[in-house]
Amino acid sequence: MELVQMQKSLQDYTKSLFLEGVLDSQFLQLQQLQDESNPDFVSQVVTLFFQDSDRILNDLSLSLDQQVVDFKKVDPHVHQLKGSSSSIGAQRVKNACVVFRTFCEQQNVEGCHRCLQQVKQEYYLVKNRLETLFKLEQQIVASGGVIPAMELGF
Amino acid sequence: MMEVCNCIEPQWPADELLMKYQYISDFFIAVAYFSIPLELIYFVKKSAVFPYRWVLVQFGAFIVLCGATHLINLWTFTTHSRTVALVMTTAKVLTAVVSCATALMLVHIIPDLLSVKTRELFLKNKAAELDREMGLIRTQEETGRHVRMLTHEIRSTLDRHTILKTTLVELGRTLALEECALWMPTRTGLELQLSYTLRQQHPVEYTVPIQLPVINQVFGTSRAVKISPNSPVARLRPVSGKYLLGEVVAVRVPLLHLSNFQINDWPELSTKRYALMVLMLPSDSARQWHVHEMELVEVVADQVAVALSHAAILEESMRARDLLMEQNVALDIARREAETAIRARNDFLAVMNHEMRTPMHAIIALSSLLQETELTPEQRLMVETVLKSSSLLATLMNDVLDLSRLEDGSLQLELGTFNLHTLFREVLSLIKPIAVVKKLPITLNLAPDLPEFVVGDEKRLMQIILNIVGNAVKFSKQGSISVTALVTKSDNRAPPDFFVVPTGSHFYLRVKVKDMGAGINPQDIPKLFTKFAQTQSLATRSSGGSGLGLAISKRFVNLMEGNIWIESDGVGKGCTAIFDVKLGISNESKQSGIPKVPANPQHANFAGLKVLVMDENGVSRMVTKGLLIHLGCEVTMVSSSEECLRVVSHEHKVVFMDVCTPGVENYQIALRIHEKFTKRHQRPLLVALTGNTDKSTKEKCMSFGLDGVLLKPVSLDNMRNVLSDLLEHRVLYEAM
Repeated sequence: MELVQMQKSLQDYTKSLFLEGVLDSQFLQLQQLQDESNPDFVSQVVTLFFQDSDRILNDLSLSLDQQVVDFKKVDPHVHQLKGSSSSIGAQRVKNACVVFRTFCEQQNVEGCHRCLQQVKQEYYLVKNRLETLFKLEQQIVASGGVIPAMELGF
Repeated sequence: MMEVCNCIEPQWPADELLMKYQYISDFFIAVAYFSIPLELIYFVKKSAVFPYRWVLVQFGAFIVLCGATHLINLWTFTTHSRTVALVMTTAKVLTAVVSCATALMLVHIIPDLLSVKTRELFLKNKAAELDREMGLIRTQEETGRHVRMLTHEIRSTLDRHTILKTTLVELGRTLALEECALWMPTRTGLELQLSYTLRQQHPVEYTVPIQLPVINQVFGTSRAVKISPNSPVARLRPVSGKYLLGEVVAVRVPLLHLSNFQINDWPELSTKRYALMVLMLPSDSARQWHVHEMELVEVVADQVAVALSHAAILEESMRARDLLMEQNVALDIARREAETAIRARNDFLAVMNHEMRTPMHAIIALSSLLQETELTPEQRLMVETVLKSSSLLATLMNDVLDLSRLEDGSLQLELGTFNLHTLFREVLSLIKPIAVVKKLPITLNLAPDLPEFVVGDEKRLMQIILNIVGNAVKFSKQGSISVTALVTKSDNRAPPDFFVVPTGSHFYLRVKVKDMGAGINPQDIPKLFTKFAQTQSLATRSSGGSGLGLAISKRFVNLMEGNIWIESDGVGKGCTAIFDVKLGISNESKQSGIPKVPANPQHANFAGLKVLVMDENGVSRMVTKGLLIHLGCEVTMVSSSEECLRVVSHEHKVVFMDVCTPGVENYQIALRIHEKFTKRHQRPLLVALTGNTDKSTKEKCMSFGLDGVLLKPVSLDNMRNVLSDLLEHRVLYEAM
């Protein structure tokens, strides 16, 4: 693909992520923090996020599958996930976590299960999209181009 | 046989009886004469005082000598020798001498003795008189004591009834009265009513007209007056014939204006009001009213008057105090209700703020996006309508929210530097389309000395100008609209010591918007700035709007320390809206606005600034670190509070701590850090990173000694602003 075209499709793709609400302006902030002294900042953070979240989701599944669910253990996990997702701008994941926490407070096992599914869904979605994004970026860099700065007006 | 002897025989003449008697008398005289001095001596010795002792001696001598003479005389009845005659003669001579001397002496002494007697009589009289006087004084003192006691009793209470009852009781006791009564003037002031008596527990309700001569007599003087026992005021009990009524005294008791024994609505009287006190001595006794008793009564009457007035004053003040308390309670309730109402409204607004704006923005954003897609004309029309309606709704919500925040006083201007000229031009370009449609030419005149770059709240100033100009366009059907902006030289509404010095840091901007439209009735002008009120002319009904525009503009103008007013010559003659606001002059001419994607971050301020980040969440820790590194700081990361305490040192200028995780433990770190660094300048600044921005979180942070609070996730600009503010002021509680 042509460099310009690649850049355009990257821009469009990113734009769509924002419009769908998968990512929010926090992700923009992260991108701004990336500069010559810190070229891989975003991917580092995102990778860390993926690792963290995978672990948390595993723990959550285990906790919720217990006979007697210990909400006192579940809530901190959800809180952690909410914090991480809001730090990188994974808006939908964060929102799902908020709902999850409400059900935790109500000690509603059924609701928590549903929320967990929702969170997982959103998480895999954002993971997928971000991975695609990074692939696109890598392609551009590989072709010798420069990743265009995002200009989005809200 | 008779013998003849040589001795001279006593002659016993015929008067030998006489001789015998003489002999016996002489003997007795002598005895008496001898015994008198003995008696004298004996009694004088017994008595203590006798001033004339030597007179006594003289007298004694005289008597003794007389006695001796008479004794010797006994021998002369018979023949006696010459010796006896000699002795006799000597005795007689001496006696003569002494008795003469005594006689002479007595001439001096007897008047003295007599005068002693008269003095004694005089002293006795004096003593009797003094006794009498002492009796009188004692009586008076008794009286005085009674008065004092009475006064004390009367004045020791502030209760009206007690005062009066005590008076009557004590008077009755002191003066041993049969009956004692108090007549009070009635409400109308035309009668006296029997209010209190001593003996009768429940007096029958007698009244007596006040204009009786006897009553006038008593009221006319401040002294106690004796009145007839048969007068109506003194006849308290049914008279039975056998009583000889005791004497009666009456005295007036002045009642002060303040005191009112019934209710407050007495007519204003210029004459004084009096009550009448009547005192009756026991009947069938011979007692009479003495002067001192009447004086006592007068004094008591005065004291009672004073005590009553005090009691009345007390009653008044108690009444006033009760009233105040009631009002206080009512006010308190009203205040609490008002607070509840305000709280309810604030809660409602808070809900509106978050919950309603978000969907609204979503609607607007998505509608505008939809507009840009392929649509059929019908669909386009529908979308446009949706967009317009939701914009209107959003504006309305914002207006209402702004106004209530303005009224709360919680709205603060967001100051920034901007280009004033550009602002005006922007406003005009926004209004121009509508004006063109209505065929209203708009002209803009900017004064030549109008500064270009100023400091102020750009958004709100634009809102004000837009509102005013918009109104001008709205209410004009023809004519032109002119907008003039100038620097006001002297504002006749500003304080007189205010000067406009363009080189100073502030100036007053005056904007005049003149139109030739519908005009306003001068009577309606004051109402213009009140919320939700709009003049009822039909032409304006269709123009929509909530009527809040001017009210909000006025609030903003006031916030900018200015004034806004409208002048109009009448309906149909157009009107001019004028406002002044205070703006700062900016020395820089940099571009306005905050770039949506910041250009170059400023490394200068924070190079090498050592900071500590404590966050349990790995991802957010990393993001915060990235932020800070981007700003040039030197970041140390810790993931727990213990680690934080271990690592923190005086080299770290700022500590960012995440307090999201539920529990108070995180806040404890702040306290521990305060403990660790007792010197203020060594202590790092403490900033909390939290997902909650409500007041309780802020308060909690403040109470734990944190210097600032940041909302997660933190944007780069926020972090930059916060850091510079913090380092400058060492405290920050905004940045939400």
